[in-house]
Amino acid sequence: MISVKADIVVIGGGPAGLAAALKARQLGAEKVILIERDTELGGILQQCIHDGFGIHRFGKRLSGTEYAQEFIDQTERSDIEIKLDTIVLDVTPDRMIYACNSLEGMFEIQAGAIILAMGCRERTASQVLIYGDRPTGVLTAGAVQRYINMEGYLPGSRAVILGSGDIGLIMARRMTLEGISVLGVYEAMDKPGGLTRNLVQCLDDFDIPLHLATTVTKVHGHERVEAVTIAKLDKNRKPILETQERIECDLLVLAVGLIPENELSRNAGIEIDPATKGPVLDNTFMTSVPGIFAAGNVAVVFDLVDYVSLSGEIAAQGAMDFLNGKIDCDEPYQKVETGENVSFIVPQRVRPSANKTTFFMRVKSSEKTALLECTADGESVLEKRCRYIAPPEMLTFDLSCCGSKPLEVSMKKEEKL
Amino acid sequence: MSKEFVCIVCPNSCRLTVSEKDDEITVTGNDCKRGIDHGISEYKNPLRMITSTVAILGGTLPRLPVIGTGEIPKTRMNDCLDEIYGVSVSAPIKRGEIIIQNIKDTGVDIVASRSMNKKER
Ligand SMILES: Cc1cc2nc3c(=O)[nH]c(=O)nc-3n(C[C@H](O)[C@H](O)[C@H](O)COP(=O)(O)OP(=O)(O)OC[C@H]3O[C@@H](n4cnc5c(N)ncnc54)[C@H](O)[C@@H]3O)c2cc1C
Ligand code: SF4
Repeated sequence: MISVKADIVVIGGGPAGLAAALKARQLGAEKVILIERDTELGGILQQCIHDGFGIHRFGKRLSGTEYAQEFIDQTERSDIEIKLDTIVLDVTPDRMIYACNSLEGMFEIQAGAIILAMGCRERTASQVLIYGDRPTGVLTAGAVQRYINMEGYLPGSRAVILGSGDIGLIMARRMTLEGISVLGVYEAMDKPGGLTRNLVQCLDDFDIPLHLATTVTKVHGHERVEAVTIAKLDKNRKPILETQERIECDLLVLAVGLIPENELSRNAGIEIDPATKGPVLDNTFMTSVPGIFAAGNVAVVFDLVDYVSLSGEIAAQGAMDFLNGKIDCDEPYQKVETGENVSFIVPQRVRPSANKTTFFMRVKSSEKTALLECTADGESVLEKRCRYIAPPEMLTFDLSCCGSKPLEVSMKKEEKL
Repeated sequence: MSKEFVCIVCPNSCRLTVSEKDDEITVTGNDCKRGIDHGISEYKNPLRMITSTVAILGGTLPRLPVIGTGEIPKTRMNDCLDEIYGVSVSAPIKRGEIIIQNIKDTGVDIVASRSMNKKER
């Protein structure tokens, strides 16, 4: 088996991995290897042809493909070693990576530091408890997006979409423009999951109805989807049988959420946070295994790609500090707790000696005006007024010095600004 | 005549009502001034970004994504898409290459939104 050494190995060539590899090289890592299992770099962005990416970083609304191209061009111009068509099979706690491809077969890399950037995967029908047959024509939104935008293939003619998050809404518009008739978007919650901008430009523009507190309860058809049954949900989210209705369609598109892709992380013994479903991270985005870092959607489902790239850069800085012996792994951690109206926060713990730490968080419920407060052992260390906070939008803030007391972050409703 | 829109300029999502009477347009429901401009433009001439794909021969994939260099009137969307669907290009292509110049006289060019190499055999 071929055996090589590298300073930093990045697993996954999406926006997180690209930003991490570039930053690591810029910071002086001599040998950086970027491993991607697909035949090209870019990750999920290569199927996102719509605009709206990069507003923070580039000040323009780029398409996902344009955003990816910016980073791919830079990476290809650098001397980062890119391994395409290569899948990582195993990562060990002592930073050995086992991977394989058709040219080299199985090989191992001893890494000084590893950055995990494997992205996320989509929830499937069995994970949202839809019953009935398993015919052709039940697809995740990501699969439909790939078929239409990259392969040039229309997977149906009459579609029902389950889930009103941004990916579901974007696909409603995309399918309509491609001549697929989108019969409706069904959402189990009583509020839409996506941003207002997408509700307006993806549904209202095309008169596509959105049905809240409604779900798909059954799929009909043997070979091919023939219809689905939908039903309204009561307060306890149980289907109301009298409201059941059969809708003839040949495509059911599932846009029911993303889960960080952490099989490799689990095998390496990395601790996972049940709230984010990604690794528990510290202020350098290091996981519970020293020298292994995580960035992008494998860490937590970001919805803004600008933040994904930023997280890659943070992890690269951490990995370099680790290589240079600048991280004292014996220094005890301080926990960062979620307080009022905060569903999760990343990083989940910090070292008291940390300089500036960037936090990413989501709130549980929308407010017009709110006060972001960070306390250390009950004493306020940061206050920030926020407007129009909502669960679909991730929030970020910096804390210059974390100190040695346990932190708690809350988002309290304010009546007036 | 009056129409309703949701303002998307900021996340407050005000429900705008735009009415026209004797050639005068009024906007109500807006919490701030920016909603007025948005309401009027949505009423008079709503603009949208155009993104789609064209066929590509000899590329690593069968479709090449494209984007407009600016927004086009919403009413011209289908017209422009029809023209885009009729186009086929050949690999290699660089991001930013013009695929259709001044599409349907809108003043907007349609350009490649990624680079694509030739497929190796
Ligand atoms: C279907 C879908 C649609 C989306 N649409 C939008 C959108 O419209 N707008 C938006 O802002 N965000 C969207 N997102 C979120 C988007 O994923 C993120 O903004 C961003 O692409 C995440 O970057 P990433 O690098 O973390 O992950 P990804 O882009 O998913 O990249 C991860 C990469 O890791 C590779 N990989 C995984 N495991 C291995 C392994 N074992 N070995 C080697 N390589 C591996 C994968 O092949 C992939 O290329 C979407 C996500 C999905 C799943
Ligand atoms: S009218 Fe003003 S406050 Fe209301 S959504 Fe538009 S920009 Fe925001």
